[in-house]
Amino acid sequence: MLEVNNLNVFYGAIHALKGISLTVGDGELVSLIGANGAGKTTTLHAISGLLPIASGSILLDGKDLQKVPSHKIISLGLAHVPEGRHVFARMTVEENLRMGAYIQRDQKSIQKNLDKVYEYFPRLKERWKQLAGTLSGGEQQMLATGRALMTDPTIVLMDEPSMGLSPLLVKEIFSIIETLHRNGITILLVEQNAKMALAVSDRAYVLETGTISMSGKAEELANDDRVRKAYLGA
Amino acid sequence: MNTFFQTLIVGLRLGSIYALVALGYTMVYGIIRLINFAHGDFIMVGGYTMIFVMPLMLRLGLPAWLGVLAAIVVCALVGMGTELIAYRPVRRKGTNMTALITAIAMSLFLENLAQAIPAIGPNPKVSSQIFGNGGFKLGTVTMEYTTVITLVISGIVMLVLYAFTQRTRLGRAMRCVSEDKAAATLMGINVNSTILLTFGIGSGLAAIAALMYMAQYPKVYTTMGALLGLKAFVSAVLGGIGIIPGAMLGGIVIGLVESFTTSYISSSMADTFVFLILIVVLIIKPAGILGKNVGEKV
Ligand SMILES: Nc1ncnc2c1ncn2[C@@H]1O[C@H](COP(=O)(O)OP(=O)(O)O)[C@@H](O)[C@H]1O
Ligand SMILES: [Mg+2]
Repeated sequence: MLEVNNLNVFYGAIHALKGISLTVGDGELVSLIGANGAGKTTTLHAISGLLPIASGSILLDGKDLQKVPSHKIISLGLAHVPEGRHVFARMTVEENLRMGAYIQRDQKSIQKNLDKVYEYFPRLKERWKQLAGTLSGGEQQMLATGRALMTDPTIVLMDEPSMGLSPLLVKEIFSIIETLHRNGITILLVEQNAKMALAVSDRAYVLETGTISMSGKAEELANDDRVRKAYLGA
Repeated sequence: MNTFFQTLIVGLRLGSIYALVALGYTMVYGIIRLINFAHGDFIMVGGYTMIFVMPLMLRLGLPAWLGVLAAIVVCALVGMGTELIAYRPVRRKGTNMTALITAIAMSLFLENLAQAIPAIGPNPKVSSQIFGNGGFKLGTVTMEYTTVITLVISGIVMLVLYAFTQRTRLGRAMRCVSEDKAAATLMGINVNSTILLTFGIGSGLAAIAALMYMAQYPKVYTTMGALLGLKAFVSAVLGGIGIIPGAMLGGIVIGLVESFTTSYISSSMADTFVFLILIVVLIIKPAGILGKNVGEKV
């Protein structure tokens, strides 16, 4: 479904991604783990067209995303929950969710998706009128995730959904990720919390300063000594 | 008491003109954090458009003020052209400072270009009568038709604009782009065309302001937008730049300060007080009257 080939990205003179390749198959939950500054966010931004790429290709169901303007990518069924939530702080919870469905015009299906998101996140329903900027970090993460689900995406990119959350909320977010996976949504998950990420994923890639150093079944990586030492604190 | 009400009404009329112009500054600032110094000159563009179009209207037996429709179109096109030709390329390549300098250059460019066009030239032109003369008495206060129309039209325009940003799909897109361009893109919003639309609307409002201004002071000249634009900018900052109701409030406050100073102190002190108020308010509340130094949670 998603295929990244030999991707190179620069920030000025900084070579942030040095020819990385990865694939995410239909219905798979794949995680991309790595230390701070490894290039995980850069990878997701390149896929979503928020960053120009120097070379390589990104294919979604065989379609070259380089040829698609960044704001049109969501119409291809790819949604992105960005690092740091990026909710619209001065809009209410429900306005944020409706913005998630900006590309849709059919009020019925918008309402259906709104109900579905409120079912996933009852807390958002309680706070539907509250300004997003006044939500707690965990609630903002739920909102950003819910917003991405408003278009019925086939693939969701999630960037550090557990960042800055209490252990209890981290568990809640991961259980939502598992539910989405079970419901057939393809997910590319970026996490610094490698332990949790590997526990829920089918496969994983390890990114080290712009290069993929390891990849494989999540279970196998979780038992790999190098991974355990570097990322699982074992 | 009579003077008081008369002054109040003059202040509201003046203030609503400032508010219309301030909205253009604030909308553009809100969406790309740029002080569009050329915005004041869009008033001049609107003014001259009406100078040329109004005689045609009259010859066709139409009311002169209908010329504002042409002015709105011309101003919107000039505003969008400015964004496309000057600001967008600079935004892509330069810094905020480069963009600001470009805006100042654009303002001077428009003023000088206007002077160089033979049909415009350096001498002021006098406009035709725009709204009917006269007025009516409300108790002991005289209400001129021009004043009533200015207040009503400005009020309607502001309500419609506010409803547009709050209730329509495009208005919401504008709010999203002004808050977070990357997130807006992820929602499927075309950021560049939303910015262009903002320029179009903001500049169109300058044409309406030009009509109201000319209805009161029927004279058009190439630098007419300079002081008017500056005071409108001050209004936007006073109310809280980037905030639409702030521009409306700021405009009204500045208009009132100006008219009350003129009537109760001296007309030569009016501008001094306008800027004094600005300084005082900003010392007390740096983000403007309605501005919040928001501590948004991450
Ligand atoms: N806007 C930017 N300008 C310059 N360098 C950047 C920018 N964003 C990220 N980088 C650099 O690119 C590298 C990868 O960053 P990032 O993708 O954010 O890492 P991660 O998400 O894995 O923490 C880092 O060295 C970072 O400093
Ligand atoms: Mg990151």
